[in-house]
Amino acid sequence: MDAFTTLKAVAVPIDQANVDTDQIIPARFLGRTRDRQVEGFFHDFRLDPNGRPREGVTLNNPAYKGARIMVGNTNFACGSSRENAVTTMVDNGFRAFIAPSFGDIFFNNCFQNGCLAIRLPADRVARMRVILHELPGAEISIDLAKQTVVGPDGKTDSFEVDSFRKEMLLKGADEVKITLGYDADIKRFEDRQRQEMPWL
Amino acid sequence: MTAPRTMFEKIWQRHVVVDRPDGYTLLYVDRHLMHDGSSPAYSRLKARGMGLRRADRAAATPDHYVKTDSRTKDVPDPDHRRLLNDITTNCNEAGVQLFDLGDVRQGIIHVVGPEQGLSQPGITLVCGDSHTSTHGALGALAFGIGSSEVTHVMATQCLWQRKPKSMRITIDGTLSPHITGKDVILAIIGKIGAAGAVGHVMEYAGSAIRGLSMEGRLTLCNMSIEAGGRAGMVAPDETTFNYLKGKPFAPKGENWDKAMAFWKTVPTEDGATFDREVTLNAAEIAPMVTWGTSPEDVLSINGRVPDPASAPDPGKQENMKRALEYMDLKPGTPMDGVAVDRVFIGSCTNSRIEDLRAAAAVAKGRKAQIPAWVVAGSGLIKEQAEAEGLDKIFREAGFDWREPGCSMCIGVNGDVGVRGQRIASTSNRNFVGRQGVGVRTHLVSPAMAAAAAVTGHFTDVRKLVG
Repeated sequence: MDAFTTLKAVAVPIDQANVDTDQIIPARFLGRTRDRQVEGFFHDFRLDPNGRPREGVTLNNPAYKGARIMVGNTNFACGSSRENAVTTMVDNGFRAFIAPSFGDIFFNNCFQNGCLAIRLPADRVARMRVILHELPGAEISIDLAKQTVVGPDGKTDSFEVDSFRKEMLLKGADEVKITLGYDADIKRFEDRQRQEMPWL
Repeated sequence: MTAPRTMFEKIWQRHVVVDRPDGYTLLYVDRHLMHDGSSPAYSRLKARGMGLRRADRAAATPDHYVKTDSRTKDVPDPDHRRLLNDITTNCNEAGVQLFDLGDVRQGIIHVVGPEQGLSQPGITLVCGDSHTSTHGALGALAFGIGSSEVTHVMATQCLWQRKPKSMRITIDGTLSPHITGKDVILAIIGKIGAAGAVGHVMEYAGSAIRGLSMEGRLTLCNMSIEAGGRAGMVAPDETTFNYLKGKPFAPKGENWDKAMAFWKTVPTEDGATFDREVTLNAAEIAPMVTWGTSPEDVLSINGRVPDPASAPDPGKQENMKRALEYMDLKPGTPMDGVAVDRVFIGSCTNSRIEDLRAAAAVAKGRKAQIPAWVVAGSGLIKEQAEAEGLDKIFREAGFDWREPGCSMCIGVNGDVGVRGQRIASTSNRNFVGRQGVGVRTHLVSPAMAAAAAVTGHFTDVRKLVG
């Protein structure tokens, strides 16, 4: 997994609440190999049924070109567990997401792909989105080690992150390898369970 | 004397392999279910030179990409064909129990798990699919995971987790006739919202929940994810034990007695506290139907399409306007009477025998006015329904009786609607484009879907069946 340390980049606002992972990548793209999923990125959200860019969609605005941070709304990326929602973000340049709350599975999937999902208070996130609309192309700066976000208005916020997840991201650690280091504990658990729950 | 514990707390504690001081837990996974979308996770495992740590704790069935008009694996799309062949190759290679196409036990993984007795009280169960919450109906801690975590479970049989919070939804009283688990969960989501249970494991309790059949509980827990919940669960009781008894993978003989002794200790103890409590009154729940593009956009069949002007803030107002525009609905329109173009009865939410019986009771002696599909959740359910003559009722009423799979719930197999169509669907997500680009989905119970089929519009099923 790629490490995540600091990121200073253009941020794009997505105003809708409850943006589901079907919007991030429609299901019809899921069966493809990853390299051919790239175009699925917010496909029907960005484009009308005739393939023309929809008006008023920030992701179509060239002023946000090169954005690597997405600022969403409540329950961002809820719904389906498809990890493709994270990988298509990564393959389209995104590495960090800021929202008042996230779908639980997307939140977990971020950390599996070197991405950082940051929860901030709803009013602060709403303010960030307003500024990003007013100043398209404005940047946000994230420092994971310090757990700070410098908004497009220069204001700094602290954010919470589990220290376990933080260490993994900073190092770009391999989670399976870390778990295998606990093999003796897993074996002990399995031995005990064989006694206690022999029917499984 | 230890403090009284919730069912979730007890199952969690029992599965802790390692508790780290930083608040992370290595949690053991008792059961891992897989489907035809799990192939990339297996490829990553193989790329590491590893195999499954506990192939004996895994089971798989193809459901997402299977056709529902035939049982062929020779589907036109080469990507889908590869996925359908991969699951067979991978399971054979890894020694994983597979219910493959052509096997009567094949079906939707969240239907097959309980039906085979693989989902049991007191266990942890995961699957690379968000509707894994379904299995909590048996008193399991069951939740969906992403593909990387699927690889992690294959390799280690464990997951790193931060303990979620707990939430209890209590529904006391008696449900009115024709009110189902589907109406109950839609009413809950309407009350707490699509983000209402984010970060929480939900336990459904109260006399109305106790009174639900296992099918009703499976439907209820299935849509916990639509309320934002990490998992949903119902305490195991006689309904659960009777359901499990005799199932192929349920414990037998002496093990059954041992399991029963344990299962009886699983429910939440009196006096245990939850991080959040929500209550609903069973008697107030009517047949529900969604009007928008989030499951929280829901109202009773006797309700009217809401007016964005009534939204509490400009953000919500904008969301409602966008949803109504997509759904092509005007504020103030009575839901009862809105014309429907097509009906889908199926999915891991509502494709079990009780669902099919409820739909058949409405279809019986009537004629579908619009195209209507019935897709049983598994080959065994299809067989049982045919033994009961339900297929005959559906066919005579002009419904299409199809082969098991996820079908129009997600549509990746090609079972999708046409742009602009309005579909009454027993599935779980009314998201934009979920059933095809530009397709409008309304979530309802099987009986309500059948009522829409035979009238051509949404109608209160209670007006059709006494």
